[in-house]
Amino acid sequence: MSSEKVIPHSEAATRFNKDVERVNWHDETLWFVREKRDKSAHQIPDWELLRETASQIKNNVLSNIHDYLIEFEANAQKNGIIVHWAADAKEHNEIVHSIMAKHDVKQMVKSKSMLTEECHLNDYLAEKGIEVIDSDLGEYIVQLRKEPPSHIVLPAIHLKKEDVSETFHEHLGTQKGNIDPQYLTESARLSLRNTFLTRKVALTGVNFAIAETGEIVVCTNEGNADMGAHLADVHIACMGFEKLIPQRKHLGIFLRLLARSATGQPITTFSSHFKKPRDGKEIHIVIVDNGRSTQLGREDFRNSLKCIRCGACMNTCPVYRRSGGHSYHNAVAGPIGSILAPNLDMSKNADLPFASTLCGSCTNVCPVKIDIHDQLYKWRQVLVKEGHTPKAKTVAMKTMATVLANPTIFNIAGKSGRFVMKNIPGLVNNKMNKWYDQREMPEVPEESFREWYKKNSREAKAKDNE
Amino acid sequence: MKIGLFIPCYVDQFYPKVGIATYELLQKLGCEVHFPMGQTCCGQPMANSGYQYLTKGCDANFIANFAGFDYIVCPSGSCVLHVKEHLHDEKQEEVAAEMRKKVFELTEFITDILKVDTIEGNFPYRVGMHVSCHGQRGLKLSQMTELNAPFFSKPEQLLHNIKGLDLVSLSRKDECCGFGGTFCVTEEAVSVKMGQDRIKDHENHHVDYITGGDMSCLMHLEGILKRQKSPIKTIHIAEILNSLEN
Repeated sequence: MSSEKVIPHSEAATRFNKDVERVNWHDETLWFVREKRDKSAHQIPDWELLRETASQIKNNVLSNIHDYLIEFEANAQKNGIIVHWAADAKEHNEIVHSIMAKHDVKQMVKSKSMLTEECHLNDYLAEKGIEVIDSDLGEYIVQLRKEPPSHIVLPAIHLKKEDVSETFHEHLGTQKGNIDPQYLTESARLSLRNTFLTRKVALTGVNFAIAETGEIVVCTNEGNADMGAHLADVHIACMGFEKLIPQRKHLGIFLRLLARSATGQPITTFSSHFKKPRDGKEIHIVIVDNGRSTQLGREDFRNSLKCIRCGACMNTCPVYRRSGGHSYHNAVAGPIGSILAPNLDMSKNADLPFASTLCGSCTNVCPVKIDIHDQLYKWRQVLVKEGHTPKAKTVAMKTMATVLANPTIFNIAGKSGRFVMKNIPGLVNNKMNKWYDQREMPEVPEESFREWYKKNSREAKAKDNE
Repeated sequence: MKIGLFIPCYVDQFYPKVGIATYELLQKLGCEVHFPMGQTCCGQPMANSGYQYLTKGCDANFIANFAGFDYIVCPSGSCVLHVKEHLHDEKQEEVAAEMRKKVFELTEFITDILKVDTIEGNFPYRVGMHVSCHGQRGLKLSQMTELNAPFFSKPEQLLHNIKGLDLVSLSRKDECCGFGGTFCVTEEAVSVKMGQDRIKDHENHHVDYITGGDMSCLMHLEGILKRQKSPIKTIHIAEILNSLEN
């Protein structure tokens, strides 16, 4: 796997935090979404039962993925859909390109698909001279800015309307300084309408693929996937193999959970079923592995494949809210991204499982009950064992372990530490000490608890009175 | 009932008052309390940093010190959670398993084992409660806002009979303060920002004190408060619960 240099999360987050107003805005906006999620989830008396049911269905899928995939393929083919299998990102991109080439088409309209982000499809197709236009409004904005999405559901959540106005002014010729959301949305809509009308090939993601019927379901709020797929001659749908659910009757559970968890809506505005191509049209489904089998084989981490990509863990994550999606340098950011990314490339993503306080909120908002924070803890153990930690940290930890395992050394170290802090504070209160940058050190007490206990415990006093 | 008092390493060194309050409070509640002198640290700082394999020494030392007690009680949800989830010893796994069940966070021990509903005391101040994540979501000391389930809080329940105490309701009830162990230095920018925001919520509710069951969270918040020269003070819940004059 590649080991291209990336900016570590902590460094990127430090940069993001330079602009306090923007961090506050990012935090508050996402917290607003988290609260909307709470309100809408708390209105469903059976919410926790729904989560448990979804979790069990996904467990079943992961345990029988082979059978469900074969069933899905057979049924999709029966419906006249062309099914492709891709072992990795490269193969996925090649398949998509080959379909474009077969039809001799150089333009594509795309609906948001995090899988194609994961596979870097846009860059690949651009190299082949194919123009791709992302049709989800947020995606469209970040695409114009040549940025990746920073959130799987709200891809441009890191941008303010002023940023969008500036981008649209530059690329779509809107009035400079006009930040009216209605005006900006309308401008994007007009530009995208032309795209929808002229594209022969439309690519969408897949939210759920139903083994029993061979159909796929795509959820959007803007209807952009439908516009693209219905107007084009060829619809390419790309999905990671974990998108499967066994039967159509299971869909209701996931649809109820997905939108509420994502944005607090009861359901997405559009939940479109694609089962068979209309006369003269084609539907292709590309089923992608790209590391998923490996993750399935990692006992501690296979659960991460239950993810339905609602983004609730990001909205609730206090670290994500204050570091921005781009600091995670991965198609999927936030807590879920931090357990998926090391599977794809351990050395490149070794920092991500550490970008968490392990507060556990992610695990408890997760609609399919992925043990996210436990997996973060487990990834840390794996990454250290595999040697992906800075040497200095290992040395420090080894020293600490020795001191803390031995009461005599611990007491001497504690005493001398307190002595230094009290009498030579400069040794501690300096630039080398990351704690001290924006926080005072604790005040040093006259004596430790154990010193007090030696003199004042009941036993000690009883002894004194003897 | 013989209680082994487990005082986290940093509380021992920097916050003896919290240890004293815990010790005195448990005695007031009729427990026989002992502090094993050989105890050091539960090993969490290493384990959460990915170095759980280095904690064998800490585990063995913990077991050596706390074997034989009816219960092990500690004024820190985080350290208790670590012991509950990760205390192991190949040589005496049965003893370790037993201890994982016997270790309790202070307020949980008072409500669930001693079956004490409320505690009398005197603390005439406006107080904000910082619920620590490990205590709440790990040990389930109180209900979290994420779940669709009825509210409860073992620590808050104990504060109800404290005279004069005005417990405020925060805007973000259970937001993490950003301490996170070594996270507080490895992710310094985010950690501090989270702490500042946590404090802001308390400030907006005009508290005199921020209290909680984890001194580590409070140490982090105290560090920021002092740097900001804020009049708000931090106080461990054991100190409030021990506020009744003898």
